[in-house]
Amino acid sequence: MGLSKEFTKGLWNELPPFRLVLGLCPVLAVTKSAETGLGMGLAVIFVLTCSNMLVSSLRKIIPRKVRIASFIVIIATFVIIVELTSQAFFYPIYEKLGIFIPLIVVNCIILGRAEAFASRNGIFASALDGLGIGLGYTVSLVVLGGIREILGSGTIFGADIMWASFRPFTFMVEAPGAFVSLGLLLGIMNAFSKSN
Amino acid sequence: MEYIVLIISAVLIKNILLAEYLGNCPFLGTSKRMDTAVGMGLSVIFVMTIATAVTYWVQYKVLNPLGLGYLQTIVFILVIAALVQFVEMFLRKFAPPLYQALGIFLPLITTNCAVLGTAILCIRREQTFPEAIVFGIASASGFTLALILLAGIRERLEISDVPKALRGTAIGLIMAGLMSLAFFGFVGVDGSLKALLHN
Repeated sequence: MGLSKEFTKGLWNELPPFRLVLGLCPVLAVTKSAETGLGMGLAVIFVLTCSNMLVSSLRKIIPRKVRIASFIVIIATFVIIVELTSQAFFYPIYEKLGIFIPLIVVNCIILGRAEAFASRNGIFASALDGLGIGLGYTVSLVVLGGIREILGSGTIFGADIMWASFRPFTFMVEAPGAFVSLGLLLGIMNAFSKSN
Repeated sequence: MEYIVLIISAVLIKNILLAEYLGNCPFLGTSKRMDTAVGMGLSVIFVMTIATAVTYWVQYKVLNPLGLGYLQTIVFILVIAALVQFVEMFLRKFAPPLYQALGIFLPLITTNCAVLGTAILCIRREQTFPEAIVFGIASASGFTLALILLAGIRERLEISDVPKALRGTAIGLIMAGLMSLAFFGFVGVDGSLKALLHN
């Protein structure tokens, strides 16, 4: 209990895209393959953990009235760090994620955690919260990306795994497949949590 | 004439919600009822048009001359947040009925990634100023079109027998997927239009 709970809640009880239904745009857009999903997830873990820690350490200094604007500035700072770093060192992934790297700044999960958790809790708890939620988000992205990649291109992380006569189901890597597979996954999650 | 191709492309072919995956949180959040969908759609048209114009100006007149291009993300989001605040105050003072209708949606637009996304796309695609404005209006209209269509479907879903686990957001997403499939039918229209215009 206690601190470890802050970490583990992100993995099931508050699993971001499914339970909180927040931050859906990147979930749909970057899950064409497991690899891009993983890249996006790692970027979100970094931004979320750092912004949670900074917001938490400044929570007594930031005036309540301008808190949202201050949070956005903090988040945007870390997003720019991610943007420039990935452009310099991970260019292929940067190309694939494209506009969705700067758009991390308006990912509601990050602002939501800053407002709902980090602005009320200590630095350590906030860091764990960020790591946990970020990890849950990453797992969701990789799972959805994996499903779409296996069915849509017959590969996983770029490696061929399907039998030779398998015909890739192009629908899955296009926009409609993203919506439908996320909807079905959400339905499966709902069915599971109801039976518990 | 190129603008017609640009508009058709932004509204139908590369619809910001259904093909570019931008602005999905408000898409699912405000599409449960028709009146909220209309309110949100109109607010987005209003803000996105102004935001595209202002961020374009900021990029080319402020950031680029000063060599601050790397601050794009942070400056754009602040400009949009300030703009939304300003629009809200302006409407409250000078157009109370409009404020009554759109008021609650305006704060939500700051974190609507469709607005920031369109602003950044205009810069990345190196559009001219009139192109950027037309693109902003057309993208927002595409957003509103998809939002209102989905709201119409979801109002009907309320009274139909959906499996328990799929109720709410899940079936909304699946419906969005089917709509997106329908919009897929427009792919290629822009190419043939362009060919038609050039002949």
